[in-house]
Amino acid sequence: MDHIRPVGAGAPSPEEGAPGAGPEPSDLAELLRLSARGDEQAFARLYDATAARVFGLAVRVVRDPAQAEEVTQEAFLEIWRTASRFAPDKGSPLGWLLTITHRKAVDRVRSAEAATRRDATYHEQNQPVEHDSTAEAAHASLEAHRVRGALAALTEVQREAVGLAYLGGYTHTEVATMLDLPVGTAKTRIRDGLIRLRDAMGVGS
Amino acid sequence: MSSDYPGNPGYDVHALSGAYAVDALDDLERAAFERHLAECPECRAEVASLREAAGTLAETTAVEPPAALRDRVLAGIATTRPLPPEAPAPVSLASRRPRRRVNLLVAAAAAVLAVGGGAVLWQQPWQESSQAPSAVEAVLSAADAKRSSLDFDGGARATLVHSDSVGRAVLVTEKMPPPPPGKVYQVWLDQPGKGMVSAGLMPVREDQRVLLAGDAATATAAGITVEPEGGSDKPTSDPIALFDFGRKA
Ligand SMILES: [Zn+2]
Repeated sequence: MDHIRPVGAGAPSPEEGAPGAGPEPSDLAELLRLSARGDEQAFARLYDATAARVFGLAVRVVRDPAQAEEVTQEAFLEIWRTASRFAPDKGSPLGWLLTITHRKAVDRVRSAEAATRRDATYHEQNQPVEHDSTAEAAHASLEAHRVRGALAALTEVQREAVGLAYLGGYTHTEVATMLDLPVGTAKTRIRDGLIRLRDAMGVGS
Repeated sequence: MSSDYPGNPGYDVHALSGAYAVDALDDLERAAFERHLAECPECRAEVASLREAAGTLAETTAVEPPAALRDRVLAGIATTRPLPPEAPAPVSLASRRPRRRVNLLVAAAAAVLAVGGGAVLWQQPWQESSQAPSAVEAVLSAADAKRSSLDFDGGARATLVHSDSVGRAVLVTEKMPPPPPGKVYQVWLDQPGKGMVSAGLMPVREDQRVLLAGDAATATAAGITVEPEGGSDKPTSDPIALFDFGRKA
């Protein structure tokens, strides 16, 4: 389980009943809609509401904070540029932002030079997640707590496979090698794990 | 690699949905799965739901970015124009021609490519926008940027933006289907005296912005052809798209 330690790392400290916790998804959709019309202030609010998750995901995948900043900047620029293409019927605004971010982060680490650097730092990870004490941070830690709970619904190998693929940015073939699984098995573990996570979180179906 | 690969017996393409949702496929598999996605609503729905599920993991890795990043992001968007919605899709054509609609994988009669003679040096593969955001942005936001768009059957669109002041061209594709198996899309700049010079190979991805290799300020046109994997030194097929820079007037 060491592979996936960052998922379970950090003491979950849910602050029950934090008032006004985090923007509702519908608010993010509205901010995206306004952004598509060129409303820079709406986009700034969208950034403030989501930047910690976008940047955190980028850092987790690419590891190098400077590169993660570049990935984050590219992702937000793409989000701004293509905000009109967000389809609310196909997923949540946050899911869409993170899909764009993840793709860019993975593109970054799959370039040969970045891969060298990443391999060197693969086992010295564990960046503690620090939240400031805003309502959004409380909301975020509550959500993180929920996700960690949902991950308990996965088998260990599913959890590892999903973590290596999504948070590690590895291909399913690489995941298979890292976990000593036959190639066809890793992609199945990833899929089964995601299905369990989806059902436990009650999202996207 | 193993028997579990596209084209081999017993290969179940549906089972790639999870790995696809978390960007864990290699380029070959991704192209195969995207072809499958185009005709499999079940997989499309599953991929969407699994992406939502994967996104929840980002709750556990949240980190506040440095404040300076916010300034850079907001400065960046201030000089970038948001795309219009897809449905009405107004397009400003540099040359004011009506939009041409061509069948993507059949050479369009309208798109006749004059291939000049002369040796053509292999150029570096084109750079993806993620590796050269500043040049791409410079072209897209240049005051003298000229755009022309081509719509393909099936909803794909390719827009070529070039700026003489920046001296580069950017190809923007939307909903671009993957090339046929064993083929790649290759992009060309028509250079006076040299003919079509490779401006790079197109990565397999539906939506992208890519910087073309080569001097766009001297080029008179840009084209896209379907070439054998690895690309060609000069076009071996008629272009599926040709963008005239309108210099001949
Ligand atoms: Zn399917």
